[in-house]
Amino acid sequence: MHVLTFTLLTLTGALVAGLVGALTGLGGGVILVPLLTLGFGVDIRYAIGASLVCVIATSSGAAAAFVKEGFTNIRIGMFLEIATTVGALLGTVVAAYVSSSTLAVIFGVVLLFSSVQAMRPREEHITLTAPGSLGDRLRLGSTYPVNGTLVSYGVEHVPAGFAMMFGAGMLSALLGIGSGVVKVLALDRAMHLPYKVSTTTSNFMIGVTAAASAGVYLHRGYIDPALALPVVLGVLAGAMLGARMLAAVRVKPLRILFTLIMVALAFEMLYQGLTKHI
Amino acid sequence: MSDAPIHDSHEDFALEQRLGNLLRAGVLLSAAVTLVGGIMYLVVHGGDITHYHVFSGEGAELRTVRGVVKGVMRGDSAAIIQLGVLLLIATPVARVFMSVLGFMKERDWLYVGCSLIVLAILVYSLSHGG
Repeated sequence: MHVLTFTLLTLTGALVAGLVGALTGLGGGVILVPLLTLGFGVDIRYAIGASLVCVIATSSGAAAAFVKEGFTNIRIGMFLEIATTVGALLGTVVAAYVSSSTLAVIFGVVLLFSSVQAMRPREEHITLTAPGSLGDRLRLGSTYPVNGTLVSYGVEHVPAGFAMMFGAGMLSALLGIGSGVVKVLALDRAMHLPYKVSTTTSNFMIGVTAAASAGVYLHRGYIDPALALPVVLGVLAGAMLGARMLAAVRVKPLRILFTLIMVALAFEMLYQGLTKHI
Repeated sequence: MSDAPIHDSHEDFALEQRLGNLLRAGVLLSAAVTLVGGIMYLVVHGGDITHYHVFSGEGAELRTVRGVVKGVMRGDSAAIIQLGVLLLIATPVARVFMSVLGFMKERDWLYVGCSLIVLAILVYSLSHGG
């Protein structure tokens, strides 16, 4: 394929991934690697490198707005980024010893897990920090805006959340994804933060997590500028467009459709990995 | 800790606004550089044949900050795109650096410490690789 044709095709694909990712809130990164490897035959290491760079772009762009609106808990983010960045560094070490086929299989499993999580109903809860607990000593509780007033919330099970974040960092580096699903799981289900705080703080942490492994992969030659070009610009344009369309689009059917696509991609990645085609 | 600083103080609000602006500026600058490098690249290499199905790794020059800067000085289009990528990777790093300064201003040494640990890990990753 000629470079120009390839660039235009991947630009279109990345634009759709960014658009749907922003509209559904599921992130585009998780379908970008399957799109590049299954759809365009790109080696999975190049795909992971390009995807990581996209993840930084979309999370930073979205975080800019969320932080200003006061939803993001920057202290929890900062504290847990210790876990995600150490996990990410370890992930890059593991990635050096894992075959492409194994990566594809792990990717399939994570994709399947993410689609199951996407279908689960969300519940809003507010908890109080137990006095003397780790969350209290680290002053992790805060406030967030609900219908114009600031509501206080606390935090529980900090060590469990920290451990899950370590895993999220490792998966992020290994697969070139933001690991938003695992991060939200840690913040929402384990640490019992309000849902909106969980999703925005997760997004806030994704850029730093991805930067830790992107630095290593740059040195290893995983990041190809000619591939990064259409992928980064496409995903960014798609995400910006998605943010503008959000008010006008019925998100629920789109979310179901996107989840089904994730399931299909998951099985295809599993098949290709298990039969050693990747 | 009843005398702990109130979390969403005015100073935290100011820090949140600065972090938000920094993130937006970083993404926009990086996208602009990538776009310029990309157009230059396609003008020259648009007719080449792709090779992404085989992993060969990038040339040594496109793997390090110094190499990329050298390439940009020569006007090499691939290096300009890679500079855009570097700016993107640098954006969260700058955000962590700004957090260090912000928490220092609030005299919140616990979080100055947290931010410094994360900053050290990021700098290690960018300078050493793996």
